[in-house]
Amino acid sequence: MENILDIIGAIITLIGSIFLFLGALGLVRMPDIYNRIQTGTKATTLGTLLTLLGILIIMPEWWGRLVMLMIFVLITNPVSSHVLARAAHYIGVPLTKITVVDKLDNKNLNIVPDENEKNNL
Amino acid sequence: MVNILLYTSLVFIGLAIILAVVRFIKGNTTIDRIISFDVLTIISIALIAMISYMSGRIIYLDVALVYGLLSFLSVIIIARYFEKGL
Repeated sequence: MENILDIIGAIITLIGSIFLFLGALGLVRMPDIYNRIQTGTKATTLGTLLTLLGILIIMPEWWGRLVMLMIFVLITNPVSSHVLARAAHYIGVPLTKITVVDKLDNKNLNIVPDENEKNNL
Repeated sequence: MVNILLYTSLVFIGLAIILAVVRFIKGNTTIDRIISFDVLTIISIALIAMISYMSGRIIYLDVALVYGLLSFLSVIIIARYFEKGL
């Protein structure tokens, strides 16, 4: 009979690897570069965190380096995705056709405010 | 039981690596390739942690940490190069 904590940790690791797989699947299927940045960073961050958490539950004596890796992934992934998205918008990578609004576009800066905003002014 | 679950998650990680390499080859722009490189690095961190558990050596976690540091630095430098130039 195996320890019940090992089985729980292995199940959490399996869930994390499924999240990694779904993130990579979205990387192939998404239509736009910004959607790819979004799915390629959020889902894989959660997947990596769950995988490391599962190994942390299986091997509790390795907690130091595993917690350090988790904090490192949690900090650096959003920063790199943000910088990549900003650079992509700066060099003018086109958005997909069904995009509703692009608030960083220069043409949208002179938009006439609608009725509610006029009333507030 | 534990080994079956861990090998199944290794299979999922392998499929994720294959899909990221597909985007890396097919990518329309350079930013696409940088994103898939970043995703490959993140997947590799999880893979190295699992290999470190399976072989029972804690030293591989240091390898994962240094790998993640270098990848983060390279992504930041490439994005800054696209934005303002070096």
